[in-house]
Amino acid sequence: MDLQAIAFYTLAAIMLAAAGLVVTARNPVHSVLFLILAFFSGAGLFVLLGAEFLAMLLIVVYVGAVAVLFLFVVMMLDVDFVSLRSGFAQYMPVGLVVSGLLLVEMVMVSGAVASSGAAAKVKAAAVTGRSNIEEIGRVLYTDYVYFFQAAGLVLLVAMIGAIVLTLRHKPGVRRQNIADQTARTRKSGLSIVKVATGEGISE
Amino acid sequence: MNAFLLQYLPILVFLAVAVVLGALFIVGAWALAPKHPDPEKISAYECGFNAFEDARMKFDVRFYLVAILFIIFDLEVAFLFPWAVSLMKLPHATGLFAFWSMLGFLGVLTVGFIYEWKKGALEWE
Repeated sequence: MDLQAIAFYTLAAIMLAAAGLVVTARNPVHSVLFLILAFFSGAGLFVLLGAEFLAMLLIVVYVGAVAVLFLFVVMMLDVDFVSLRSGFAQYMPVGLVVSGLLLVEMVMVSGAVASSGAAAKVKAAAVTGRSNIEEIGRVLYTDYVYFFQAAGLVLLVAMIGAIVLTLRHKPGVRRQNIADQTARTRKSGLSIVKVATGEGISE
Repeated sequence: MNAFLLQYLPILVFLAVAVVLGALFIVGAWALAPKHPDPEKISAYECGFNAFEDARMKFDVRFYLVAILFIIFDLEVAFLFPWAVSLMKLPHATGLFAFWSMLGFLGVLTVGFIYEWKKGALEWE
């Protein structure tokens, strides 16, 4: 067994173990940390397939951003561990049905892809000698320009949606306005008043 | 084992060393350190008095907004990498088209960026 096979089986075993622990870990924060481990192992598997760019993307986007978001969500939920585990038996049948359907779908799709001779295409792509990222860059911005621009619009919608849904300004918060501060002159900030004895100032 | 994967061999070696070293410290601490726990030692310590509440508290939803905006710009950057690598290797006319298509993409996202700036989503009060 060569090193590549050893690396594949090790990474795959770690990924499966981490994925199992994501579901079974008692503490949701630990679940997210195991999810990060699963992402890292997945990145290793992508590298073994020659998909460098996807591997780096998995680390940059999923580990760097999505996992952090999951951590925030988990911490925002104010999780009560006892109530979290109470519905387990009740929801189990639904979960099993959904995961069973997902498994059937994945087997069917991968079977269809394998029977259409995808492995030969991967070999053909490897022969050109260009790296994965360059192959993507060659077609993404020209042949698939509409999908690329649509991705930009989706990101714009996500940005606006997040702001509309979560942005709340607290009323009555005083902010420093540096332009106002520096525009203040002696004339606008100071006045000399003659005060008559015993009367004070009304303003 | 091909030449491409050989480039990643140092990372594999590094990973193995990291796993061995990490496991060594954990097992070493577990096996060698003296352990005499009692309830007072393992309870939460809050500077002299009993703990007021659970350490787990709700985060403000504004952290979530910052994280979402970070993900969106992270994805934008992810689109920039293949562009930067392959742009100069494309034929001239195609390369020019790819350049302007990226500028269009960035323009759309700049609209969102101006929107969030003007809405004050980047301000912390």
